[in-house]
Amino acid sequence: MKKVLFIVFLIISATCSAQEDLESILNDETQEINTKVSATFKGTRIINGHSVETRKKSNFEFLISHRFGRINSGADELFGLDDSNIRFGFEYALTDNLSIAIGRSSFEKTYDAYVKYKLINQRIGKKPFPFSLTYFGSATEKTIKDYDPNDKPTFVNRLTYTSQLLIAKKINPSFSFQITPTYIHFNSVRTTKDDNNIYAIGLGSRMKLSKRISLNAEYFYNTNQFQSRDIRNSLALGIDIETGGHVFQLIFSNSRSMIEKGFIAETTGNFFKGDIHFGFNISRAF
Amino acid sequence: MKKRYIIIFVLLVISQTKAQDKFFTKTGYVSFYSHSLVEDIKADNNQSLSIIDTKTGKIAIKILMRSFMFKKALMQEHFNENYIESHKFPKAAFSGIINNYEDLDDKITKTEITGTLKIHGKEKEIVIKTNVVITNSKIVLSGNFNVEVADFDIKIPSIVSKNIAKTIKITFELNHEPYK
Repeated sequence: MKKVLFIVFLIISATCSAQEDLESILNDETQEINTKVSATFKGTRIINGHSVETRKKSNFEFLISHRFGRINSGADELFGLDDSNIRFGFEYALTDNLSIAIGRSSFEKTYDAYVKYKLINQRIGKKPFPFSLTYFGSATEKTIKDYDPNDKPTFVNRLTYTSQLLIAKKINPSFSFQITPTYIHFNSVRTTKDDNNIYAIGLGSRMKLSKRISLNAEYFYNTNQFQSRDIRNSLALGIDIETGGHVFQLIFSNSRSMIEKGFIAETTGNFFKGDIHFGFNISRAF
Repeated sequence: MKKRYIIIFVLLVISQTKAQDKFFTKTGYVSFYSHSLVEDIKADNNQSLSIIDTKTGKIAIKILMRSFMFKKALMQEHFNENYIESHKFPKAAFSGIINNYEDLDDKITKTEITGTLKIHGKEKEIVIKTNVVITNSKIVLSGNFNVEVADFDIKIPSIVSKNIAKTIKITFELNHEPYK
């Protein structure tokens, strides 16, 4: 009996393969490939803060960002346009996952340098992974001479460090979301009431309005704000416009600064009272 | 006992010969090339699937769009995200028939493949000129043809219309081996 069953099985398997049509063989042979989820965000910034995205190897990018004065400063100041802050920076991708950069902001004449490393890329396919994870670390040096000439701070005194974990998920082709735990260390603060260590959490998202335009929102909740100043949480709304190879970002934010320690820990504008800075980010890759 | 082994052997041989009427590759080469005054864009795919039924001369091809490799990563991202929309249409497919299949042999012969090409969810009837070589262990198809971007409902915004050609040249070399 067993023998008969075995032979029947062999006959079936032999005829089966012949009956399969071409399409179904191709479908069977299609291997699920492991695909990295790309374009979680269009730019390396969501608005003020960094996104999980890193540029591909050997990409050299020149970035110019502007934030004008407050919109509610009136017609005499042309609604803030008379007052302009600029940050320009150079970013270079050593590998697909590792970028280094330097920049300089006119606001408080601050130099900044950062390193950004993509640890995990969200994947679909054979070995899926649900989110992307990038580390961001920066150091900034304030060089504006806003101190008492008799009490000149040292170089080290004016340094501030930022560490962030950027955790993002592209939920569907048009919606991405990011959570950004942040730690900032000020080597010196204004008064003893202020904590040198700031802990904050950022929330950011992107919603595509069309293939090339997206609406972005970003919020940083600062858990231990400086007590010596009227500090507020940073809120920003922006529009990304992709033009060929480049992303142009239009921004409305209550933050004036364009570097992490500035907009996360030192924002003083009240968004809902009109303390809004209009601005933009432009990048040019070489 | 001996009889049983003979039966198994015969059946195995049968299944073997039956399988030989299909030739298959999963490392087929397909590339496309766009030439414009501003820039040239080229992408290669070495993971194309193709199968031929030698009894009928029918052919079916399947290509994963995400397997196209570009020189510039940003081009690849735009290709998948904005133009071909790989998340909606992950595969390109072709099914057709090789004309005069029974007359072909191990000499390089020019013939045509008639069939339907499906890209970006849109189908179009096309005739592809191809070189064919058929031996006992190989079927090689190679050649090139042009497709119109507009035929497949792929929209190119005016701002980059100078960068991307309206007619794309597709080159292929499919090296089929007996399907097991």
